[in-house]
Amino acid sequence: MLNLLKIWRNEKSREIIVQIIVLIIFGWFISWLVGNVSGNFERLGKDLSFEFLFIPAGYDINQYLISYNNRDSHLRAAIVGLLNTGLVAICGIVIATIFGLFLGVLRLSKNWLANRIAYWYVEFTRNVPILLHILLWHGIIINTLPHPKQAIDIFDVSYLTNRGFYIPKPIAESGIELFYLFTVIAIIFAVLFSRYSKKRQELTGKQFPVFWINLMVIIVFPCIALAFNNFPISFSIPELKGFNFRGGLHLSPELIALTFALAIYTAAFIAEIVRAGILAIHKGQREAAESIGLKPDKVMNLVILPQARRVIIPPLTSQYLNLTKNSSLAIAIGYMDLVATLGGISLNQTGREMETMVLVLLIYLCISLSISSLMNWYNYRVKLVDR
Amino acid sequence: MKIKALLAASVAGVMFAGSVLAGTLDDVRARGKLNCIINTGLAGFAAPDDKGNWQGFDVDFCKAVAAAVLGDANKVSYTTATGKTRFTKLAAGEGEILSRNTTWTFSRDVDLAQTFIGVNYYDGQGFMVPKKLGVKSAKELDGASVCIQTGTTTELNLAEFFAGNNMKYNPVPIETNAEAQELYKAGRCDVYTTDASGLYATKMSFDNPEAHVVLPEIVSKEPLGPVVRHGDDQWADIVSWVLRAMMSAEEKGITSKNVKKLAAQDNKDKEINRLLGKDPLQGLSKLGLSADWAVNVISQVGNYAESFERNLYPLTIVRGMNALYKDGGLHYIPPIK
Repeated sequence: MLNLLKIWRNEKSREIIVQIIVLIIFGWFISWLVGNVSGNFERLGKDLSFEFLFIPAGYDINQYLISYNNRDSHLRAAIVGLLNTGLVAICGIVIATIFGLFLGVLRLSKNWLANRIAYWYVEFTRNVPILLHILLWHGIIINTLPHPKQAIDIFDVSYLTNRGFYIPKPIAESGIELFYLFTVIAIIFAVLFSRYSKKRQELTGKQFPVFWINLMVIIVFPCIALAFNNFPISFSIPELKGFNFRGGLHLSPELIALTFALAIYTAAFIAEIVRAGILAIHKGQREAAESIGLKPDKVMNLVILPQARRVIIPPLTSQYLNLTKNSSLAIAIGYMDLVATLGGISLNQTGREMETMVLVLLIYLCISLSISSLMNWYNYRVKLVDR
Repeated sequence: MKIKALLAASVAGVMFAGSVLAGTLDDVRARGKLNCIINTGLAGFAAPDDKGNWQGFDVDFCKAVAAAVLGDANKVSYTTATGKTRFTKLAAGEGEILSRNTTWTFSRDVDLAQTFIGVNYYDGQGFMVPKKLGVKSAKELDGASVCIQTGTTTELNLAEFFAGNNMKYNPVPIETNAEAQELYKAGRCDVYTTDASGLYATKMSFDNPEAHVVLPEIVSKEPLGPVVRHGDDQWADIVSWVLRAMMSAEEKGITSKNVKKLAAQDNKDKEINRLLGKDPLQGLSKLGLSADWAVNVISQVGNYAESFERNLYPLTIVRGMNALYKDGGLHYIPPIK
């Protein structure tokens, strides 16, 4: 008895005992959960099977990034949905980041009007639920834009309607390979050139206008390739045929509304994160930078932002994750994302709610873990290096 | 954080464990109320009236079962379900009956472990378009945008119809009827498709029903009916014979007006006597029902025709396939013997 008491009083052994107890409870709980589910399945006469993934889905999807028709399997339908989720998430993250950065800087501006506009934007946007943003944008597009027959015509090549935006679609013809090749060469050149000029600057102090030179190269080089092969690109122009426009690239109202709503909602949060990051840098840093004669944009780009980045990135990661997961609200307006395909129509058609939901959960988990490991890697790269 | 996740998971587990199987009748009697899963809102089938009470053809059936089992048609509590959640809700025990225009199909019956107890409405998928489009047939819909209420067999029928006629379309899938209507009205789609009964219901709820037209093509067979869980045959029998009692009452001319009188007298047609408890109906006690079960159903809810006329005539739906066999319809009722 005394011995037991002794073990309990020893801090180290107590820690181990507590951990073992917690582990046992956790293990018991997991086994109960699994047993409960399988027991209920048995009672309901259901089995756990993923065979449904390989039978034809039978339904159509209005937006697919890989080829798809209703004879393809539920698995392929799920992948189509996953890619649609990815499309919205990536576009949303890019727009939200650019817009949020801009707003965050605006919010710190000494210009009263700019400052107030950013302030009200942030306060208004982030205090309205995201679902309302999505419904609002969708509602605006389908209720205010005209029917395809009265479409808003932009130079006879693009059309705005309540069925979405139709824009010309570039179609590659033979001879395009040279263009691809030159683009790759231009990008490789740009990377090498910026490395070289950095090294040169460190050695001699002399600078190239790297950004402008690279921009020129990336634009001009591929254009030369195009001209050389007599411009092997044609455009499919949308045309009104019957009920709808045909040809061209169709951006559905659902895609536009969802991307926009997610981007401007998340941008409000990002703006605050950027502001917090910049304010976290001691004003002595700015003053020191100014005192050695750096121009304001150099102060921001070389002194403030590199330090602020470390404060900004961890909460920014959370915002990226939020945006990606919020994209599942797509179901409210009928955008065919992962939840609407695998977790929606496939679930309905096959009745396999446990299987589809487990899959959807796992896929979202994988997406989120990849985003956060990518951001952690970036965070590691920009972290403060002690010298 | 982990603890929170565990708590959430355990709550989900307990809810899942809440399903019950055998002894459904006892559960309902002990509770004193029937739990019925209905549509989230479809005029004529299940929609709240201006006092907030659920009314409709599917709601009537819930009431009829409550009348047979509990003796009071008002002892029903309603749970709404979308097309997507209905089977999960039924399987999880949130209701004893799913009375929500559900199409009877092989895989639903067999793979989802449910019992379809009969057909109370023969339906088929149709198309509605604005009159001003000038479309006369569904075969002219090549290239149209089509609003679909998801969670039904609708998507499959639609895909097969358009593929079969070598036509293209742009599907716009929407979760509930109400949202789909909004999109259709705003012109997001040219066409709205669901079961024809749903189209009539939707059309009548518009401000100007005459500006829309339901196209003549019916592209699928949709036998709709109430559903119960597999595994309790007594309960499945009760529910199916309530439906047959209502149809049989129509066949024999028993209505909510004359049922009390017919139940009190000795009728020449002995089937009326057996149905109304005047003569013994062999096996009734095995169902656990009292002799006046059918009288309760017919006096409180009415026969099949009364329910149909009360709920569906205002939507301009005609009996058609849903007439009794002797009137040229499809409803042929096994004898009450």
